[in-house]
Amino acid sequence: MLFNPQLERRYLWDNLFASATWIATGLAILVLLVLLADVLLDGSPRLSWQFITSLPSRKPELAGIAAALGGSIWLLVLTALIAFPIGVGAGLYLEEFSIESWWSRLIEINISNLAGVPSIIYGLLGLQVFARWMQPLTGGRSVLTGALTLALLVLPVIIVSTREALRTVPDGLRQAGFALGATRWQVVSAHVLPLALPGIMTGTILALSRAIGETAALITIGALTFVPFIPNNPTSPFTALPIQIYNWVSRPQQGFHVNAAAGIIILMVVLMMMNATAILLRNRFQKTLT
Amino acid sequence: MQSPTAVLSARSVSVYYGSSLAVRQVSLDIPRGEIVAFIGPSGCGKSTILRCFNRMNDLVASARVEGQITYNDRDLYGPKVDAVAIRSRIGMVFQRPNPFPKSIYENIAFGARINGYRGNMDELVEGSLRRAALWDEVKDKLRDSGLALSGGQQQRLCIARAVAIQPEVILMDEPCSALDPISTLRIEELIKELSGDYTIVIVTHNMQQASRVSDRTAFFNAEATDAGSKVGYLVEYDRTERIFHEPAQEATRDYVTGRFG
Repeated sequence: MLFNPQLERRYLWDNLFASATWIATGLAILVLLVLLADVLLDGSPRLSWQFITSLPSRKPELAGIAAALGGSIWLLVLTALIAFPIGVGAGLYLEEFSIESWWSRLIEINISNLAGVPSIIYGLLGLQVFARWMQPLTGGRSVLTGALTLALLVLPVIIVSTREALRTVPDGLRQAGFALGATRWQVVSAHVLPLALPGIMTGTILALSRAIGETAALITIGALTFVPFIPNNPTSPFTALPIQIYNWVSRPQQGFHVNAAAGIIILMVVLMMMNATAILLRNRFQKTLT
Repeated sequence: MQSPTAVLSARSVSVYYGSSLAVRQVSLDIPRGEIVAFIGPSGCGKSTILRCFNRMNDLVASARVEGQITYNDRDLYGPKVDAVAIRSRIGMVFQRPNPFPKSIYENIAFGARINGYRGNMDELVEGSLRRAALWDEVKDKLRDSGLALSGGQQQRLCIARAVAIQPEVILMDEPCSALDPISTLRIEELIKELSGDYTIVIVTHNMQQASRVSDRTAFFNAEATDAGSKVGYLVEYDRTERIFHEPAQEATRDYVTGRFG
């Protein structure tokens, strides 16, 4: 016998490894479920229309999430308006227009590095540049300063996902466009961007969902913890959901802890809605290419 | 050597990718209204030379073209020549059918629109599809995606798209290599019908195809360099029946009789 297949032993290893991966996945999901259940148990009794529409108060039963939710939505919209055009523009430039050179490689390396910088560093940068130097424009510790800082934070993610979406567009399409006498912009705008756009949107939404949970950078630039109003213009002071939650958790009264749990539920719902949109867009994208 | 009716003419053309030489010293004329086939083993540079004719190599950052190519007696790589304008005069059909993921109608209309076509678009779409022998199959589904067609139909759509902007020359880079034999035959018939109105240069792996469709054939070969890469060169260029029946070079005879390649 030249060969000894040892099928049983090989299958044993197969099963062992499959179980190991199953346990790993199961543990991750279990932790998530425990967290979810804990928050839901603590927070759901407090969830009500009154909680969503009320401003902060010294009394936990009167306090609500409105100022923080409003602040977060302001941040989200402004961040998207700032980061989307710049990020997509930079991704387009690097992927479709730039010519391979030491300059483009330098930019690429820097973008990958920026993606790994801790958010508190962005906060310090935002504090100095946006809140202090640009105070006449941004109004200091305002929602605009927060949005500019968060835009910096998510830019690398948007740039990278834009480039990945552009790379999934088959090169044959670009060649087909060029061979008909199209300029680079005509090829990009007519054929490449429409195909890549859902992928770009997906990446952008996932980047923004990172921004909405961001706390450290916002605390650094001076988001306030007690804001009894919803911002009504970009230069208004503000608070945001994670900051409000952090603030409530650090209070001694039990009532505020319940509020924090309810706030976490609101934050989670917002996040899940954003991620669901991203998944929907991705599914549509896969359909158009086949 | 230079024939008066040459549309495209290459003189001592060498192409480099980075520092490595891909094809060396190619000189040949493409006569107006004829079908010229480029044959040869893989890596012999036939596609590389083809892509010099509509400056598609410009899009490859590392590519460099030496020597001279003239198009209607003007230097194709001269300072006043615009590559975008050239590509609307010298069309291209690719190895894999690559229709835009848009409607059949829009596939034809795009090229016309960007090149400033001012005529009746419906007529142009119908005329181009008829020219590519595709009209009868798609006339009831012009709004359907070009990707919904079969491979052979997609390739004919790509030919219709190229024809729509009324180029002078159509370059075809192995247009049938991804198709089944029946689709291949239809494309070959189409190529013959187009000759006369257009000058066609076709790269093919298939020697029978070259002998069936072309008026002239250029045989390219490759040789190994000391660095381990391959360099292509033009062995022989003549009327197709001579290349296949009484070639001047031994290598050509060996190749067309199937002794290598």
